[in-house]
Amino acid sequence: MSEQLRVLDELEKEEYESVPVPFQKLGFWVFLGGEIIILGGIVASAILFRLSYPGWFKSSEHTNVVIASINTMVLLTGSLTAVLAHKFATIRQWGKVQLFLGLTALCGFTFIGIKFIEYSREIHHGFLPSSGIFWMFYYGITGLHGLHVLAGSLIILGVMLFLRKKKLVEAVENAGLYWHFVDIVWLYIFPLFYLT
Amino acid sequence: MSEAVASAGVIHHEETFLRKYLFSTDHKTIGKQYLITGIAMAILGGTLAILFRINLAHPGFLTNEQYNTFVTYHGAIMFFWVAMPILLGGFGNILIPLMIGARDMAFPTLNMFSYWVFFVSSVILIISFFVPGGAFSGGWTVYPPLSADPGRYLGANLGTVLFLLALALEFASMLMGGVNFITTVLTMRAKGLTLMRLPIFVWMEIVASLLFLFSVAPLIAGAIMLLLDIILGTHFFRVEAGKVGDPVLWQHLFWFFGHPEVYVILFPALGILFEVITTYSRRPVFSYKLVVYATIAAGILSFLVWAHHQFVAGINPLSAIAFSITTILISIPFSMTLVVMGLTFAGGSIRFTPAMLFAIFAFLMFIIGGLSGLPLGAVGSDIYFHDTYFVVAHFHYTVFTIAVLSTIAGIYHWFPKMFGRKINETFGKIHAWLTFIFYNGFAFPGFFLGLAGHPRRYYSALEFGYLQKYQWVHELMTVSAVLLLTTQVVFLFVFFYSIFAGAEEKSPNPWKSTTLEWLAPSPPPHLNWGSFAPVVERGPYEYAKNGKDIDYLPQGKLVKLKQPVSGHEH
Ligand code: HEM
Ligand SMILES: [Cu+2]
Repeated sequence: MSEQLRVLDELEKEEYESVPVPFQKLGFWVFLGGEIIILGGIVASAILFRLSYPGWFKSSEHTNVVIASINTMVLLTGSLTAVLAHKFATIRQWGKVQLFLGLTALCGFTFIGIKFIEYSREIHHGFLPSSGIFWMFYYGITGLHGLHVLAGSLIILGVMLFLRKKKLVEAVENAGLYWHFVDIVWLYIFPLFYLT
Repeated sequence: MSEAVASAGVIHHEETFLRKYLFSTDHKTIGKQYLITGIAMAILGGTLAILFRINLAHPGFLTNEQYNTFVTYHGAIMFFWVAMPILLGGFGNILIPLMIGARDMAFPTLNMFSYWVFFVSSVILIISFFVPGGAFSGGWTVYPPLSADPGRYLGANLGTVLFLLALALEFASMLMGGVNFITTVLTMRAKGLTLMRLPIFVWMEIVASLLFLFSVAPLIAGAIMLLLDIILGTHFFRVEAGKVGDPVLWQHLFWFFGHPEVYVILFPALGILFEVITTYSRRPVFSYKLVVYATIAAGILSFLVWAHHQFVAGINPLSAIAFSITTILISIPFSMTLVVMGLTFAGGSIRFTPAMLFAIFAFLMFIIGGLSGLPLGAVGSDIYFHDTYFVVAHFHYTVFTIAVLSTIAGIYHWFPKMFGRKINETFGKIHAWLTFIFYNGFAFPGFFLGLAGHPRRYYSALEFGYLQKYQWVHELMTVSAVLLLTTQVVFLFVFFYSIFAGAEEKSPNPWKSTTLEWLAPSPPPHLNWGSFAPVVERGPYEYAKNGKDIDYLPQGKLVKLKQPVSGHEH
């Protein structure tokens, strides 16, 4: 596989029309475009319902802003370490790259752990996905986002382990991009469910 | 990479059977896998159609539940497991790298993965048919509340969950393919192949992939919500006492996807037709630029017409008028494309090969399909025609033309390239004529049934006095449909026979076509070009240049590489 890719890489220079972007990066952006619209679709539906459903405000009082703020910090810290990982990748200090990638993944898992505590508190208080408009969107969207955090953490972890064999700056960059994307989505979700 | 390189230029290590035929990363093998799987699913979808078609002629042949299930699976299979995998996964994979002079897709492993995800989705779909509690039967549009309300209706149960899961995997597979197509075409074109020199087929595949990417995402969101409704008891789309859901929200999410989806399969089909028609009428496309721009314009507009499917679903009448207008607007680029196609024929010296016959019939059928769409797009007349057999006839004139006529035109055209063998031409011509006749026999009478007010998705029309006198029309349609499917089954026998035992095609370019794929050997080896690389010198359709004295100029030529290429190591 790797050998074939290398051959193709060389050929690319020799026989393809030159393009300014490496194809890995382009493919990744196309994929991100799709992801943005998936989450956009469900968030847009939530906003539509919110506008026509007055009970929303009352239900949102029951979510826990403190826990969510801590979680926001956890995600942002992960973004910071992802940036640092990329920075050290560009100057080829691979040991540090691995360290910071590991920290990013750790942030991801921490986020998921905290989210679980939050869910169990809410379920304990009797708020289930079927308890009303607000709650179904709350569980639906934060659950979907949680899956993305999980995926992002696994990707980061994968790159970290993979790195031992192949030192790829692009992989670190793309994994970091995905992380930022998940982070940004959270910044939209946070006000929607916690700050109203 | 060893000594062998120096002498042969290319070395081929023996690949295991698994590597070569099952888990191959070669775009041509993957394309063929998609093609064959799509054909198998077409047999399934066609058989279901025949069964419920017989029931329409002789109510009582199936039970009510069977009827609903079969109609649902027929529609879903034909769109998602036949048209998309064949036109995108099959033709797209086989042709795009060859036409742009690349050696493979940008992400060969992802490509292999996308096929296997598709395969698993097909298996799950078939399993969902047999689970306890019954298969899903709420129509291919999966409208709630039929699809969302577990206790109350037949259908929302394990069968529905598996059906949605299969759909989700199918979408995932096509998305992976789309990412691959877009990236490949943007970054791996041969030297000299600028965007405005791409064969129209490649343009069409790219626009289709982009449309799919941007339209399917909201539906994925919707499908997640629907699953939560069924599994966790949420009520995004359900309306029960004291709960506020909105079934029309599903319709918006579905049709925001659904209309572009029709273009996702239409565009590759048009692409095939352009390649076929230019080759066999020895004429350049009448206006290449117009087709490219019209396609892009139609692609953009296709995101703005979705609510024309919901005119009678209680949407705001003002927005209904707005959507009528966009719908009429979108017919403009589409008719321009068909006019260009017609003008490309005109004055050409036409060779009536099987591929060309299929293309001509497809062109004619698209005109009927397009014209009959106008009364459905205008809100006033649609209120009468909505959910009648007029609609069924209209969309079969487009989707059948896409999924069957255009596809078969493509199969006849590229068969020698794909397999290095020929299909018998006389057989092909008979096949084309029979298909054309039986197709109209089964589809056209639908317009009359619709005018008479015959609703679609009805198990039987015999209970309605005003429809009893039309029962013979159903019989005519059923007989034609049976003959139509029989013709295709015979074709499939010939197709598979010719793959293994057809006459060998010695020439790499039997039709004297211009585009790059015809420079490669038939069938092209792994990595396509060996120790050569294609270099493009001109546009894709240089037929009959300088008046008539030069028949055609190939789009490019092969040059020998300085550095040899290895054909092994995956
Ligand atoms: C053998 C050829 C075919 C026959 C005999 C056939 C027949 C039919 C009939 C009679 C219906 C209407 C059922 C009803 O409303 O009660 C139907 C529905 C439908 N067909 Fe076909 N069809 C064929 C091929 C195709 C193809 C090639 C496609 C698409 C690529 C297709 C897509 C659909 C769809 C989407 C529906 C609507 C299903 C629904 O109402 O949920 N059909 N077909
Ligand atoms: Cu539409």
